[in-house]
Amino acid sequence: MASKFRSDEPKEVPAISTGSMPDIIFMLIFFFMVTTSMREVSLKVKMKLPEATEVQKLEKKSLVSYIYIGPPTNAKTYGTEARIQLNDQYSRVNDIIPYIESERLARSEADRPLLTTSLKVHEEVRMGLVTDVKQELRKCGAFRINYSTRKGEK
Amino acid sequence: MARKKGKVPEINASSMADISFLLLIFFLVTTTMDTDSGITRRLPPPVENPEMDVKVKERNIMNVMINKYDKLLVNGKPGDVATLKDMTREFITPRPGDESAPEVETKEIELIGNIMLSKGVVSLKNDRGTSYLMYISVQNELARAFNEIRDEMSLKYFNQHYADLTDKDKIDAINKAVPVRISEAEPEEIK
Repeated sequence: MASKFRSDEPKEVPAISTGSMPDIIFMLIFFFMVTTSMREVSLKVKMKLPEATEVQKLEKKSLVSYIYIGPPTNAKTYGTEARIQLNDQYSRVNDIIPYIESERLARSEADRPLLTTSLKVHEEVRMGLVTDVKQELRKCGAFRINYSTRKGEK
Repeated sequence: MARKKGKVPEINASSMADISFLLLIFFLVTTTMDTDSGITRRLPPPVENPEMDVKVKERNIMNVMINKYDKLLVNGKPGDVATLKDMTREFITPRPGDESAPEVETKEIELIGNIMLSKGVVSLKNDRGTSYLMYISVQNELARAFNEIRDEMSLKYFNQHYADLTDKDKIDAINKAVPVRISEAEPEEIK
């Protein structure tokens, strides 16, 4: 006995409309476009940051200049001793003051005192090199520094 | 000369999804979502003449040294990273009347009122051979001690966790009440 409400012929599943697909994708695109920040330099040193729990966020990315310190990625050519990377090249300790000066000149006058230097240092680097870098920063008045770390578990 | 009025053909939009997918994948790949974070510190200005040493009373200093084997020496005794936070906390908590504790001064701070401030300074010294990993974990433990006291202060006076404070004046008041006093020694060879 067929039910009163059930039709006897099999029902076809209606096709899902894909008309709104472009809209959804566009929305996602805009999201990624807004949140994206492209890496400005290609790293030439290995970078494994140490973990810390008491971290503060760096507020304004435009007011941060980076100094990378770590063993070279290409150990065959450059050896394993830790190097400093400024912009896109290996540098020495005395290149830091000109680098900070050029970073300052690239900012507007009002922003210059707010410039923060972010030290991105591989965790196996010895403090001697970091201390040298810090001394150079003190000499040229770049007092605001940030030891870049990964956020660890408490 | 009448022009034949033709209908504008509709643009086929079915490839739109593909194009936008392509763009989406491009942004997915190039995006880096990690926000930069780390321990923020302020370097002291360069010393004019290194001979002029500022004398600080012995009881006001907590000496933390890290040698090249990443071993800690706290106030002349071997220390451990695990206990460093509690030691620092004890050191910077104002304890009036205790002769071995750092000196205490009373200061008036907006929004909080009169408060006792410890004059204690944590002096951090490291060797050139100390690893950065160890240095950061020590810095982190020291920062944790200060942050815990700040959090307590914040709960006591504003009924809010320090991390949840949004009022800039309140944050400033807490920062003044619990200043991060970590002094890093001028680099020299540690034997």
